[in-house]
Amino acid sequence: MSQEHCIIIGGSHAAAALAAGLRQEGWEGKISLIGADPLPPYHRPPLSKAFLCGDKSESELLIRPADFYEKNNIDLVLGSRVTNIDREKKTVTLHDGGVISYTKLALTTGAKVRKIPIEGSDLGGVFYLRDLGDVQQIKKYIGKGKSAAIIGGGYIGLEAAASMRKMGMNVTVLEAMPRILQRVTAPEISAFYARVHQEEGVEIITEASVKAIEGSGDVNAVALADGRSIPADIVIIGVGVLPDVELAEQAGLELDNGIVVDEYARTSDHDIVAAGDCTNHFNPIYGRRLRLESVQNASDQAKIAAKTLCGNLTEYRALPWFWSDQFDLKLQIAGLSQGFDQVVTRGDYANTRSFAAFYFQDGKLLAVDAINRPKEFMLSKRFLAEGKNADPVKLADESVEVKDAFEG
Amino acid sequence: MPLITFVSHDGEAKEVHVESGTNLMQAAVDNGVDGILGECGGVCSCATCHCYIDDAWVAKVPAAEDLEKDMLDCVLEPKDSSRLSCQVEVSDELDGIVVHLPESQF
Repeated sequence: MSQEHCIIIGGSHAAAALAAGLRQEGWEGKISLIGADPLPPYHRPPLSKAFLCGDKSESELLIRPADFYEKNNIDLVLGSRVTNIDREKKTVTLHDGGVISYTKLALTTGAKVRKIPIEGSDLGGVFYLRDLGDVQQIKKYIGKGKSAAIIGGGYIGLEAAASMRKMGMNVTVLEAMPRILQRVTAPEISAFYARVHQEEGVEIITEASVKAIEGSGDVNAVALADGRSIPADIVIIGVGVLPDVELAEQAGLELDNGIVVDEYARTSDHDIVAAGDCTNHFNPIYGRRLRLESVQNASDQAKIAAKTLCGNLTEYRALPWFWSDQFDLKLQIAGLSQGFDQVVTRGDYANTRSFAAFYFQDGKLLAVDAINRPKEFMLSKRFLAEGKNADPVKLADESVEVKDAFEG
Repeated sequence: MPLITFVSHDGEAKEVHVESGTNLMQAAVDNGVDGILGECGGVCSCATCHCYIDDAWVAKVPAAEDLEKDMLDCVLEPKDSSRLSCQVEVSDELDGIVVHLPESQF
């Protein structure tokens, strides 16, 4: 039996993919997965959707069933936190004082919600949404006829808004910027989502300045600076996440908006890999360093990290992609649109619920947001990964097949 | 519990027993069948769970919805028997089904 021991710190998508990947790649040593959550790694995206609505149970959230880890000789150390990494001695210390030795370490610590100081945010019924535990609490405050205020009109906020509206709640989204999704999409997409949410009965207030969350014991309203009061039995704050780099920082690893890793997912200490939301890595398709918050990156980078730990160095090269389900809208995003200077739409975004927006920079296709347009997504995802460009005029013309808009 | 046989691209068969009500993607992932990824967790968003239903079983599997059909049009090497395995619910009627896996999910 090998004396090797890989400790994986973090218990979400990247951790699950890394642990399974190690066994697939032939790692014969011990594997321990140390996660703060009491549950084995679970799918996070349904937390704001099917799980919030009650359409999915806890056991249906699991990425792999508990016995998968047992069968693959992966020790799950759940409900446990690592408080210290000693790179000299190659040990980690747990919150209960236990010390465990490693030969290789994997940091899959993910991201933590960005917290904002708002008066009244300590009232009952005020939540951030990241973990299963958050949603278990949220579920005690939601129900038909109740009112919800969502602070933040990003994807998480809008998904939660759609889920609660579908349950028959009165939902108001409070966005500080002039439009929802401003940080991540073109104005056309923002306008589209605002229209659909309003058609479904969600109230959206942009340029909203939240003054305080009010109530006694539990929340009952959100007060805006302009004097308006938004009734709320529950408040969900979704204003982004930050990479969880505390342990990496304490361990003295190189950081720069996340844990800096190379193309093989190695940190500045080559016995330590990192993967997922917590990393800052180079993407060869876009030619720049990225920190991504996505399941795709967590899973794909973790597989690269597992290969690295097994001595099979493989460059991480993946096209980022994302999805968001709200009402009857299936949004699929291929690529990264940051830096775009031209947006081409295919389909009628002002009157229908199916179209795609293609983002270009200097005439080069960067990304697509496809809403109920799986072909546009699928083909763009493949061709963007292959570095192929598309003709914006042909993309905008629905009489031309999507594949014929791409160069040969 | 229904029996499912996954046959990899190079012909290796793996038999698994799963509960009715789960889907073919989850059946594969839960049992470490490597040819199925299922990155989106089964919401028909990623098409990394593409499979081919064995010809003898195609007629017994409920047809795909339009969204899935559009995704399947764009996978690598689509066939008439192509499905996204997350969209195929396992039932007692499918006990014994044979599912073939593609060479790649990308």
